[in-house]
Amino acid sequence: MDTPARLSDEGEGAPRTILDVRGLKTYFYTDDGVVKAVDGVDFSVREGEVFGLVGESGCGKSVTALSILRLVDSPGETVDGTVTFDGESLLELPEDDMNKLRGSRMSIIFQQPISSLNPVFSVGDQVAEVLQLHEGLGKDEAWIKAVDLLDQVGFPDAESRANAFPHEMSGGQAQRVMIAIALALKPSLLIADEPTTALDVTIQAQILDLLRDLSRRWKTAVILITHDLGVIAEMVDRVAVMYAGRIVELSNVRELFKTPKHPYTVGLMESIPVLGQVKDRLNVIPGSVPNLINLPPGCRFAPRCRPRVENGLEICIQVEPDLEPLAAGHLASCWLYQDHDEV
Amino acid sequence: MVGGVLPPTETSNPTWTVEFADVRTYVARRLLQAIPTLLGVTIFSFALTRLAPGDPVQLMTFDPKMTVKSREILRHQLCLDRTTVEQYFIWLLGSQECNTRGLIRGDFGDSLYDKRPALDMILERVPATLELTGTALLIGILIGLGIGIYSAAKHGTLFDSLSRIFAVIGQAIPTFWLGLIMILVFAVILRWLPVGGRYTLSIEGTKNFFDHLKHLMMPAFVLALFWIAILSRYMRTEMLEVIRQDYMRAARAKGVPKRKVYFRHGARNALIPFITILGPAIAGLLSGAVIVERIFSWPGMGRLAIDAVFQRDFPLVMATVMIGAVLVIGGNLLSDILYGAVDPRIRLN
Repeated sequence: MDTPARLSDEGEGAPRTILDVRGLKTYFYTDDGVVKAVDGVDFSVREGEVFGLVGESGCGKSVTALSILRLVDSPGETVDGTVTFDGESLLELPEDDMNKLRGSRMSIIFQQPISSLNPVFSVGDQVAEVLQLHEGLGKDEAWIKAVDLLDQVGFPDAESRANAFPHEMSGGQAQRVMIAIALALKPSLLIADEPTTALDVTIQAQILDLLRDLSRRWKTAVILITHDLGVIAEMVDRVAVMYAGRIVELSNVRELFKTPKHPYTVGLMESIPVLGQVKDRLNVIPGSVPNLINLPPGCRFAPRCRPRVENGLEICIQVEPDLEPLAAGHLASCWLYQDHDEV
Repeated sequence: MVGGVLPPTETSNPTWTVEFADVRTYVARRLLQAIPTLLGVTIFSFALTRLAPGDPVQLMTFDPKMTVKSREILRHQLCLDRTTVEQYFIWLLGSQECNTRGLIRGDFGDSLYDKRPALDMILERVPATLELTGTALLIGILIGLGIGIYSAAKHGTLFDSLSRIFAVIGQAIPTFWLGLIMILVFAVILRWLPVGGRYTLSIEGTKNFFDHLKHLMMPAFVLALFWIAILSRYMRTEMLEVIRQDYMRAARAKGVPKRKVYFRHGARNALIPFITILGPAIAGLLSGAVIVERIFSWPGMGRLAIDAVFQRDFPLVMATVMIGAVLVIGGNLLSDILYGAVDPRIRLN
């Protein structure tokens, strides 16, 4: 399955790859059965780019992110695949080295900024902690640097706000603190897992601006996880669409919006309301996401797929398609575009 | 500055500093509130001593040669011939005739038997009781916390199951029985530890630290066992709750090693509700000490209290109750102040 040709989502003359994920599988062993939350995900992120990971709730976006950082807790377990970050194979790294890497070369921010901050420590302490850990700074030096970082993420009175506790902050402020922590050591990759979902719309734009500015300034690549296609359109360079634990389409953002290929992506695009267009009902994708314990054989989207019925494709419900290139840098896993022997 | 200045809706909230003065006024207010509590304690316990059967004068004059007349003289001298209400106010406010200045002037009255101020007799015993209960509390907290955190971190494992069984046993074993069995095993059969007392009496009157420790070990452990069991269960529950919190994962994402995440980020949060149980624990230890001191001949307040009750030594009983009440109120206040100190979301006002 995993042939070198699969790396062809790298366009020509592209910058170096910072992260390469191949065949990643993370399963959760629950009492009801094995939940295949991430079931064979391939993608790579280039140095300094903003890479989008989009899909509906429960499709495995967050688990993918946590698997890359090896933060999946029991009963979850990454059972297969490789994650290569800056030449290092993360899934084989000793835990000590992984601790050194987390928060310094690769970091993550989460959807719930307030609950992601420890309620009993001041925010200044929490920014300083990451500096003490990775830069070996003393308490006072780390504090000074933490105040400086808080200033850079947009606190006008950073010096006094550093003493504040998380419960004294708004969601937007807390997310700024999380960004300060995540970017404190200028990592080469930041994973932003739905960073604005829990925030007010007006604050969302500010946080996204801040993320974009800082990542550009410090040449940090960003994996932006979201279910919001608007955010994708505005922020990212390339995007992968996930469905039921797999990537179904991967392309640069312009092409994805202009010519979506996979029926699921097409369905997503059609379900967005368009300004000025009057519709009684938005288009919806019929059916619902399959149970990740008892996945249907063949393509996971097949039971909901209209083009499959229209084209009378039988293979879709029997064999799972691979993610194959359709054009330079545009991949999709769909039998509509792939050669197959009809069974 | 990148990302623009924050809009006015996101400006700072000025209430985040704790003034030391706040804590002082808080303590002062709590102490004022303690006065009615203590007054209630005096009324209830005074009534109980007088309602209980038994008469100190009868006990003191258990002598066939004693006449009814001289018994009545003694009763009058001790002011025990007044009504209960009168006696209460004499005890509380003082009376020249009855030779007491009253509780409000700091006079707890004299022991009926020893004819010494009851307060002096108690204060002689308080250090021994504090030593015993303090050690037991320390053992209870350290071992209880350790077991609790560890079984939460390893929940579902053999250690976790064993700690659960231990907790059930620890809570179920009666103190007096465990005390006697331990004396039998460690003092009588193995002869490792002394049977009782606070230290070995010597003619020179010198005190040896290790000798002292050997005397303290067994009673402190017996007193602590129940609290090890309770506190370990409590801490385990709190810790399991904390482990699921987002900030624990966020701390790991910062590169904090797993053990440090548990002890620095986790335990600090789990301690917050844990501290609320310390007040009741202090009260529980003080009442448990009454039995343990008796079994191990520990010269503390508890033993004094039991003897006073059996002898119907009313002033001494009242004095031990009052000092006990003050210690319990103090323990609760301490746990509330600690509560505010570890949780920045709680402000003492």
